[in-house]
Amino acid sequence: MSSRERILGRVRRALADVPQDDPGYEDAVARDYLREHGSRSTEETVALLAENLADYRAVVHRCAADELASVLARLLAERKAAAVLVPPGLDEAWLAETDVARVPDRAESGAHELDRVDSVVTACAVAVAETGTIVLDGGPDQGRRRITLVPDHHICVVRVPEQVVSSVPQALERLDPGRPLTWISGPSATSDIELDRVEGVHGPRTLEVILVG
Amino acid sequence: MSGTFVGMPAFPKAAHEAVGNQTLRANLRHATHTIRAKRANAVAEVSDWAELREAGKRIKDHTLRHLDRYLVQLEESVTAAGGIVHWAADADEANRIVAGLVKETGESEVVKVKSMATQEIGLNEALEAEGIRAYETDLAELIVQLGKDRPSHILVPAIHRNRGEIREIFAREMSEWGRPAPEGLTDTPAELADAARLHLREKFLRAKVGVSGANFMVAETGTLVVVESEGNGRMCLTLPETLISVVGIEKIVPTWRDLEVFLQTLPRSSTAERMNPYTSTWTGTTDGDGPRTFHLVLLDNGRTDTLADEVGRQALRCIRCSACLNVCPVYERAGGHAYGSVYPGPIGAILSPQLRGTGSEIDASLPYASSLCGACYEVCPVAIDIPEVLVHLRERVVQGGPVTREGNKVVLKPAKGHGAERAAMRAARWAFSRPGALRAGQRLASRTRRLHPRTLPGPGKAWSASRDLPALPAEPFRDWWQRTNGGTGDEGTAK
Ligand code: SF4
Repeated sequence: MSSRERILGRVRRALADVPQDDPGYEDAVARDYLREHGSRSTEETVALLAENLADYRAVVHRCAADELASVLARLLAERKAAAVLVPPGLDEAWLAETDVARVPDRAESGAHELDRVDSVVTACAVAVAETGTIVLDGGPDQGRRRITLVPDHHICVVRVPEQVVSSVPQALERLDPGRPLTWISGPSATSDIELDRVEGVHGPRTLEVILVG
Repeated sequence: MSGTFVGMPAFPKAAHEAVGNQTLRANLRHATHTIRAKRANAVAEVSDWAELREAGKRIKDHTLRHLDRYLVQLEESVTAAGGIVHWAADADEANRIVAGLVKETGESEVVKVKSMATQEIGLNEALEAEGIRAYETDLAELIVQLGKDRPSHILVPAIHRNRGEIREIFAREMSEWGRPAPEGLTDTPAELADAARLHLREKFLRAKVGVSGANFMVAETGTLVVVESEGNGRMCLTLPETLISVVGIEKIVPTWRDLEVFLQTLPRSSTAERMNPYTSTWTGTTDGDGPRTFHLVLLDNGRTDTLADEVGRQALRCIRCSACLNVCPVYERAGGHAYGSVYPGPIGAILSPQLRGTGSEIDASLPYASSLCGACYEVCPVAIDIPEVLVHLRERVVQGGPVTREGNKVVLKPAKGHGAERAAMRAARWAFSRPGALRAGQRLASRTRRLHPRTLPGPGKAWSASRDLPALPAEPFRDWWQRTNGGTGDEGTAK
């Protein structure tokens, strides 16, 4: 007998007490928890996102669409970035005002190559106000998961208000489970040493989020 | 209930030593109290906590009651997404499968993201025996691994170590495993974390094989979920060419939507954050992004035996948040090592004896490693009634009875030489069958709490030197719960 059959057999014997007419999934699970916590205007939702991102030590900027290129140029200059990683589908206009060298995200570029890059600029799939989370889904303007992981500085552009939802349930319903997802809430952090929070162990130590719109 | 420990084997011996260790106790006390207070705030922020908790409980219960169906569905969806599914009935089989898969790649080292399941089966040691080196990459796990130590907490495995000890371990051991610690390393947490970053980065960048566990697996879509803080999880899940995930069969949820419950309750219950810094989800493999080969090893190792116990099976709902450890007065004093298992604290006290059986002295004693105060149940985000299972397991140890072992029904003999347990058992049953008496006892203790000193004078001083006398609450929990209708005043009462 294969282990598969053995385990499934054990499970079935273990569940002999469960009646045939045990409620199905839909009836078994109560969904009376909230779809979002509190009611907020669109502007308030965006403000909450900014607040919660900052609370988890992301650096938050807000600007209008026509200011984005200059804000990005300034942030990269402040960082003294010599090279910036760019996902293949990133809007070219975003980087129109910076002359920092672009490094394209290519499948062939190994981890060591990514490690030499200073910064990465991406868009996002959705942002969650209540938790201060941005979610990347590997879309063309976000690139492969590793490009937002290896470099030490990540700038993420969130289009407001269209990409902002209030809550985790609202975010999940917008996302495609078939794509690899990365939920990011603040920069990488650890509290493993006497529970002192230290930013940046392996992921980027600096996360900047630009809310555009 | 203070007589519970009298005459207890194994656990008390281990606990006794731990209680004598002042550093350990101070570290633990500070840590558990800090997380506990933060967690209460994080939970208070969401007004529908009681409903989320109930939903989590029901999702998990429903899944467990139809686990065969969901396992088959999961296998299909993972396979359809390009993953390869393996089934492991026990630890040996799981270790054999993983070692075999690593060997197939021709590699002799793997990077690991912290995983309770692989600790449970002793994977690192098994790989070592096959000539494969496994590097733990979670900072706390690294501390434990370099210190040739064992983890003592689910979430903060090196909670028993302070910064001085960690500096010591890094300075001494890092060079054995790779990049040495920087010269003149101090004990500030930022510098220590930086040393770990440098030490591990060289391993991540060359790693060809990653090993992980998972917090959740979605049957409907074949999606796996890893919740973490440091980014070492993301490194292990996305940089290597081959990813091997070893996951207990109880980690299934039926649908994608179910994650909306657990992604709200897990971070708040564990690290007391609105959301942990990183959550990764992946479904099979994705072209050009992440590992080219993905293996999922589904682990039984005593879980089906646990499932066969109608009272005890609720332990399989556990999402390993560790909230129950941080509120447990016994854990706080005894430390995680005393539980003799990778699952310490209240959840360990009910899970380990079920996964492993109560044959050994330590496993037979674990159901007694509790004062039955009920705090663990109150904080549990999936409402596992830990005291109920403890009492049930005590009864089993003392009286024997039918259980399932490795899938076979056997009748357990009453444990020999457990006279004290039998007495403790009687005491517990007495109190539980007389809620009035229990309440009166608690009320009395509350009313006299001003008279309870923090340390004892005179000859009692030595005794209290190893015991931080807990302050008693002004009002017993039951009374508070009833008075405030579950702490909200207007919400429905949580079960
Ligand atoms: S038993 Fe409950 S509180 Fe304890 S670790 Fe598991 S889920 Fe968390």
